[in-house]
Amino acid sequence: MGEPVKSSDAAADNQAIVSQEIRDIEEGYKAARAAGQPAETQPRVDYPPYRSSILRHPTKSLHHTDPETIELFSPAFGHHDVHALESNLTIQHNGEPQGERMILRGKVLDGNGRPVAGQLVEIWQANAAGRYIHKRDQHPAPIDPNFTGVGRCITGPDGSYEFLTIKPGAYPWKNHLNAWRPAHIHFSLFGTEFTQRIVTQMYFPGDQLFPLDPIYQSIVDQDARDRLVARYNHDFTSPEWALGYEWDIVLTGSKRTWTENEAYGEQGDHE
Amino acid sequence: MSDQHLVPTPGQTVGPFFGYALPFEKGGELVPPGSPNSVTLHGTVYDGKGAPIPDAILEIWQADSNGNVPHQTGSLVRDGYTFTGWGRTPVGNTGKYVFSTVNPGATEPGKAPFFAVAVFARGLMNRLFTRVYLPEDTEALENDALLSSLEPARRKTLMAERLADGSLHWDLRLQGEDETVFLDFHAEG
Ligand SMILES: [Fe+2]
Repeated sequence: MGEPVKSSDAAADNQAIVSQEIRDIEEGYKAARAAGQPAETQPRVDYPPYRSSILRHPTKSLHHTDPETIELFSPAFGHHDVHALESNLTIQHNGEPQGERMILRGKVLDGNGRPVAGQLVEIWQANAAGRYIHKRDQHPAPIDPNFTGVGRCITGPDGSYEFLTIKPGAYPWKNHLNAWRPAHIHFSLFGTEFTQRIVTQMYFPGDQLFPLDPIYQSIVDQDARDRLVARYNHDFTSPEWALGYEWDIVLTGSKRTWTENEAYGEQGDHE
Repeated sequence: MSDQHLVPTPGQTVGPFFGYALPFEKGGELVPPGSPNSVTLHGTVYDGKGAPIPDAILEIWQADSNGNVPHQTGSLVRDGYTFTGWGRTPVGNTGKYVFSTVNPGATEPGKAPFFAVAVFARGLMNRLFTRVYLPEDTEALENDALLSSLEPARRKTLMAERLADGSLHWDLRLQGEDETVFLDFHAEG
């Protein structure tokens, strides 16, 4: 405290400074846990090692309220919204994209373990070289003319989703000097209620950049961080074609009283 | 089956590069602009220094003008007449957003109509939920459970202002003195 507020995006500090801040926060969390504080399952919105968050987080605590009727339902999406081919990120252009082809499969469940059926899943990611198509991405890695890095699908009756894509590369960013993001895929998810809406990022097992990354580390609890890491699953690997990864997503619990049809996955207009 | 209690997956920031992925054509047009009964909901997203945020994205979810909860699909491929109740729009370079929609109706008699809002931004670690209430039904507003649990100054941050042209103006402040009230439905802390 007492330090001047650092301006967002000022890449003045090096990794050692940021890593020390990350460790200090983690030590504080571990001490709080040892003193009986509950586990934190979500990222901290107030996490200064991620410099851009400094002026962009609420300083007042979230206000607890019971959801009203509209918040107990979710927007509906269906096959009218999303074409089946949108889940294949490797066929959006004339040729094959460069990189390691991967099959990504998992389930979207609510906090009660119920499958979230017929709901929208959106992903976006860098290409194999760590470059986004986005115009603000200035990383001098090659753009792949055969890879956009955007996919969508509608979950099946059992909450399952599947994408065929390319394993994204790590990429540098300007949080501090020599800052690199671990490879990740951005996910956007809807539940059966608006209150379950989340956007998150999926990571790959064993990434050496985990301890260095303030975005991943903004989740201070190791068990909670682990929930963002996909598992390599050889059963999903397709011989001479693509490596298989598995990642399930759990949304918050449902607050609505469900009708019998909904409980059996009859939401949306899935087939 | 519903007795299970699984720990939710953590959220993460939407990051800087959602702009080519999440926005879609007519995302903010729940009804075509200028169509009968259409209303513009507009405003600016600010950071803790009062500077507009150019890389935020907002979603609204609402009842139709009769207070019915929409169940129609088709938000991503708008046909121009189906009301899906959901919209998404990124802010512009000056932090401004615009939705074209209808006034939500009361979902039950005596309830205060509002837009449910989710906000995402670079630098914001996790999505935030809030509400934008219509200013007209003062009696319903008085009786609203959320509003009546807030200090007047905090409560004001959830109220849209009806401008002379009929549009609704509402600004979102992620931080600072007039910081918007953000909601926790699950006591996730
Ligand atoms: Fe990213």
